[in-house]
Amino acid sequence: MSLLEVKDLCKRFGGLQAVGNVSFAVAPGSIKALIGPNGAGKTTLFNLIFGILPPDSGQVWFDGAQTDGWKPHQVAAAGMARTFQHIRLFPKMSAWENIAVGRHVHSRAGFLSSMLGLPWTRREQRAVRDKALEIMGFLGVEDRADVEATSLAYGQQRIIELGRALACEPKLLLLDEPAAGLNMRETSEMAKLIARIRDTGITVLLVEHDMTLVMNISDEVLVLSYGEKIADDKPLAIQKHPEVIKVYLGEDDA
Amino acid sequence: MASRRNLPIVAMALVVIAVHLLAAAAGKPQYLTQLTMAGYYSLVIVGLTLLMGYTGQISMGHAGFFAIGGYTSGLLTTYNLYSQNGEMPVSMLRSTGLLVAGKDLYGADLLVVRPWAACVVALLVTLGIAYLVGKPVLKLRGHYLAMATLGFGTIVYKVVLGSSVLGAADGISDIPAFPLFAGLAVSGKSVLRTQNYYLAWALVLVAMLLLTNLIHSRVGRALRAIHGAEDAADAMGVDTSRYKLNMFVLSAVLAALGGVFLTHYNGGIGPSEASIMKSVRYVAIVAVGGMANLWGALIMGVLLNFLSLRGSFGSYDDAVFGLILLAIMLFAPDGLLRAELVRRLPGLRRGFGQKGAP
Repeated sequence: MSLLEVKDLCKRFGGLQAVGNVSFAVAPGSIKALIGPNGAGKTTLFNLIFGILPPDSGQVWFDGAQTDGWKPHQVAAAGMARTFQHIRLFPKMSAWENIAVGRHVHSRAGFLSSMLGLPWTRREQRAVRDKALEIMGFLGVEDRADVEATSLAYGQQRIIELGRALACEPKLLLLDEPAAGLNMRETSEMAKLIARIRDTGITVLLVEHDMTLVMNISDEVLVLSYGEKIADDKPLAIQKHPEVIKVYLGEDDA
Repeated sequence: MASRRNLPIVAMALVVIAVHLLAAAAGKPQYLTQLTMAGYYSLVIVGLTLLMGYTGQISMGHAGFFAIGGYTSGLLTTYNLYSQNGEMPVSMLRSTGLLVAGKDLYGADLLVVRPWAACVVALLVTLGIAYLVGKPVLKLRGHYLAMATLGFGTIVYKVVLGSSVLGAADGISDIPAFPLFAGLAVSGKSVLRTQNYYLAWALVLVAMLLLTNLIHSRVGRALRAIHGAEDAADAMGVDTSRYKLNMFVLSAVLAALGGVFLTHYNGGIGPSEASIMKSVRYVAIVAVGGMANLWGALIMGVLLNFLSLRGSFGSYDDAVFGLILLAIMLFAPDGLLRAELVRRLPGLRRGFGQKGAP
């Protein structure tokens, strides 16, 4: 059984077919990469899967439930988490507090119980903080806990954003260009980190332009061009795929 | 952590007592009257601070909620049902003990709703209206939200001003005291001045305790996350529209609570309480207090409302608050009282130190 299954997904923006009849599956415990030239529809596909955009047609099945038409917070509650292409950390909140927001679906204090400061909400608060710090330890940034997240160095902001998604304890983690803006050393560290995350049992679907990272860590690679799927295979096969080479290197060089 | 958080609450209780003693020692007990009123306005301000400063949702219509609370309670406790006595709904209400009979100043028979029942109704009415207004309006952002809430505030003001049952331009007067327990009543009588001062500030104290708890909770973090990056909060599983609506309703009910108590304290309410100028004033105070700074807003609110009530700004009262808003937006958009300023300094330094390193 696949953890995520996308069936004939379509999305048009006016006259532009952003995603056309895309179908694929992600096996549990695997890393799948989504690649393609700029404007191929990768981010749109992400947004369709996460419920940020409703599809025109087609279905999204996640963990046994049909989730297309759900709102992002419902998708998140079902066990999906994501990071953003352009880092979306919460300003004026410390690094650990940012990560603590990721515990939202795993905690339950509401308006009334929070205002009353009931003992169980305080216990829950401590557990949330402990978990956030534990995740920061896993990521090797525990010394940054009390620093305002948006004042951290760029690479560390990416790590904190990843930590926030991990705090959701997702079944499926969507990473939108996790290596964007990182230097070579940071990129290779990010690749190792993503592999470690997969090893903890979390399934990963990522969009990435860095081919070294994609080919090194992915179990499968899906290639999009002009909103359509042109290949979906193991990294080695993708590198030899004539259609992919054409798309990436141009018609004349093929 | 919890005890450190309660320290300001304890300090505030001590300040409230100290102010009373100072006012008494200085022979200026009338100050307590204005401080009582400022206390009730503070309920609007601290609620609005959570909505604006923490959740990032502006409301230019909160005077409307204050007025809905005050007017509902004022109307119910003054509207004479005596002529309908014996008719079905009135007799039924009377048998449940929700009504109270009495005589007016001229000895005529009065039958009105009991203040505590009127208070409950006022809060429920506000809750309902805030829900109905907030549900569609909170889908808007930034200045669209500001304009829509301004529209709501305008409606409340004009309805209050144009309704003869609400006293039109004169408002409602002769509103009875609100007896609470053991001889304590929300009343402007000078013998009850000290008790009412403590009552008002006990309410503010409880509100501050509840709201500081809220800020440091799961919900408070979700609210701040909505302010900072709504799409990311959504992706973390925060039901952003529900949280925004809950916060809007909570702040509206707090405003209405202030409205109910101040109306019974003053024995009357007029349309100026519903005016846009009042809403602007509340927003200005939240801004000058530091936006996301509950204590800053409370301190600036008491200070400015006290000065305003003492007539320190003369006939330029509203102009002063306009000027404050203008100056704050131009020169100190993060407000004057900022706890963060101090807390952020070490963080900033560490942040800069890291820039070169990966």
